[in-house]
Amino acid sequence: MSLPITAHGYSWTHADRERAAVGPLDLDIAAGEKILLLGPSGAGKTTLLHAIAGVLPAESGESTGELLVGDAAPDPRRGGTGLVLQDPDSQVVFSRVGDDVAFGMENLGLPAATIESRIPSSLAAMGLELPANHPTAALSGGQKQRLALAGIHAMSPEVIVLDEPTANIDPDSAEAVRDAILATQAATSATMLIVEHRVSLWLDHVDTVVVIGRRGLLAQGPPRRIFDDPALSEVLHECGIWVPGRHENRSPVEPADHTESEVLLRTRDLSVGRARAKVPAAVGLDLAIRAGEAVGILGPNGAGKSTTALTLAGLIAEFSGEVLAEAGLRTGTKHARPFRWPSAQLAPRIGMVFQEPEHQFLSRSVAEELALGPKLAGWSATEIDVRVSELLDVLGLDGLAEAHPQGLSGGEKRRLSVAAMMAPRPRVLIVDEPTFGQDALTWAGLVELFLDVLAHGTAVVAVSHDHAFLDAIGARRIELPASGSGVRVEAKRGARVD
Amino acid sequence: MLVSTETRLQAERSEVEDPSQLIPVVRRTALVRCNPLTKIAVALILMVGALLSIDLVSAGVVLGFTLLGLPATGLDLFAALKRLWFLPLGALLAAWGTAILAEKTGAVVIDLGLLLITTGSLDAAAAIFVRALALAIPLIVLASTIDPRDLSDALIQHLRLPEVVVVSVLAASRLLGLLVSEWQTLSMARRARGVAGGSILRRTGSLFGGVFVLLVVSIRRGTTLAMAMEGRAFGRPGRTWRRRSTFGARDLVVVVLAMGVCVLAIVAAHVLGTWNPIIGGD
Repeated sequence: MSLPITAHGYSWTHADRERAAVGPLDLDIAAGEKILLLGPSGAGKTTLLHAIAGVLPAESGESTGELLVGDAAPDPRRGGTGLVLQDPDSQVVFSRVGDDVAFGMENLGLPAATIESRIPSSLAAMGLELPANHPTAALSGGQKQRLALAGIHAMSPEVIVLDEPTANIDPDSAEAVRDAILATQAATSATMLIVEHRVSLWLDHVDTVVVIGRRGLLAQGPPRRIFDDPALSEVLHECGIWVPGRHENRSPVEPADHTESEVLLRTRDLSVGRARAKVPAAVGLDLAIRAGEAVGILGPNGAGKSTTALTLAGLIAEFSGEVLAEAGLRTGTKHARPFRWPSAQLAPRIGMVFQEPEHQFLSRSVAEELALGPKLAGWSATEIDVRVSELLDVLGLDGLAEAHPQGLSGGEKRRLSVAAMMAPRPRVLIVDEPTFGQDALTWAGLVELFLDVLAHGTAVVAVSHDHAFLDAIGARRIELPASGSGVRVEAKRGARVD
Repeated sequence: MLVSTETRLQAERSEVEDPSQLIPVVRRTALVRCNPLTKIAVALILMVGALLSIDLVSAGVVLGFTLLGLPATGLDLFAALKRLWFLPLGALLAAWGTAILAEKTGAVVIDLGLLLITTGSLDAAAAIFVRALALAIPLIVLASTIDPRDLSDALIQHLRLPEVVVVSVLAASRLLGLLVSEWQTLSMARRARGVAGGSILRRTGSLFGGVFVLLVVSIRRGTTLAMAMEGRAFGRPGRTWRRRSTFGARDLVVVVLAMGVCVLAIVAAHVLGTWNPIIGGD
């Protein structure tokens, strides 16, 4: 079963805003159609999805026109709509896999026997061969997304709505999630609407691409027609949409020979592990991080990439072995191990950018955020002012200097979090998946930021699955194996390990 | 069909190993399979036995039977010892305070001027020690064997608590676990930004910054979870339950046994003349 979706002059305005968050919009989606919804950030893609799923709280805004799913206004309580959101962690309802899959079916009032019989089949259809009592806390991000899909699969909805379901998970797991989504759609033949930055992931699997702008519908048609239209694909490119074939040809930088450069950070037989871990997450790391070089850390989920990054950054203690700062980095500190440095000495020397930008914002405005690092490092007021305006310019955040960091868009937050760590010019910069879920404009902006600090002699260590990004900054690669059984160093870019 | 569903549910609830549990359950004993409401009733009944009177006998009977019953809880007792070491320590501290401050009756045991301990105050101290343990252990141990999902099923199906509220609280409690790891990340991020440590003033400032961020992140998480739940038809009338919360013969047996222990404790204290009620009395 599936339902058509139609909109006539539909718009939605948040209670405290003047401009409509979405629309006014005319939309005509046939029953069972698979739609990829695109548009620049701020065009209201997410709001539209929420409206179709019927989860926009009526009291928080006002709508005009008409939006119909089938022949009625959207209402999630009819049970005909399945919704998957971006953050895997916030969508798990219960602590056991079986209960979580059952949640939607229980809400629909299905008999217990039906629920029991559908749980294993829905889990299997999503490629999750797990016992029903498996704790949800033990799942990876990609598995959590597939769990949410299993719950929707079991409800057999008429409409499936997906808001960037693969944005927060690594590219290797993204395909499994996509296949699970397509399997759910195939099993229910539901109408499917998806918002996603990674166009190439979906291009061959959707019937129609719908592009919306700030003033309504921009284009609607089969994917090939949309992207083969040069004028249109130029517009899409400027919106930050990953137009297939456009960024892949960005000229990669060959990793330069840095063997003569000064070593800043060295590890000796390093094993890394989280606090209270009984076994290390990765072992046998003997690395030399040199000034001006980019190093990419790769490996499958659970290989200890983030733990390695945090250990190199002096934020968690070595499991065994040592991380040592060499002369050029340790001037003015008492200890050779960054982990022993006080916070005030660490920040100006080794910067760490976390996966979630929200975690590291400390100030009330963008400008203060950028000024914080240099201020703590003891720069003079004029030096700080120069640095802040320089970074605001590079970030393209000039107009937002006084805005609250937590109020920025996702891409702006990401660029700010990187720039704030770069501000005091640390000699080593460590970043964890900087390009996850970013649109093409943010991606390009990040590459510029990193190329700039590399040119100034900063070493960049990037945990990343994004080969295009590592190529763009000319990173040599270090591949962590799945089991923590040793390390493979790839010196040449050609010898990629995908 | 029904039988197989029932067996599968039983099997599924075995080997419960939830990271959020205080003490892991390693064996599915009859007591573990009891209804959560039964377990709460048992804990309350045992508490009554130890609560009504401050004396060694009634508390001792309750504590003795509780310790004897520990294997029946199916808990990993070694883990229990590791997690609950502070209980006897706390009880000992309470007893020490009592020994010093209680009425000085009976023969003097220790007299160091200000520090005076008599047999009377020692008796009171011993009673406090045993009583504290007899009150705390049944509650903690039984609570550890309760699966939150089973409890919410029982609260909705038997006590008729509003399902929207119970399920929401259950779902939100899962986010609390995330909060802990979130806080660890935040602490590391503050260190990376250079604002950890330093003067007390700066530490306080950075702490408030961290709490604010935690608040922002939690509100965002909570809103998303609510939206995801609503998106799966939560709040629609006529919800069913995958599991029936049931009472069986074992529930009755366990409650009767607990009442037996409670009555025995009170009777023994009366017979041995140690009954020392907390209300009324004398």
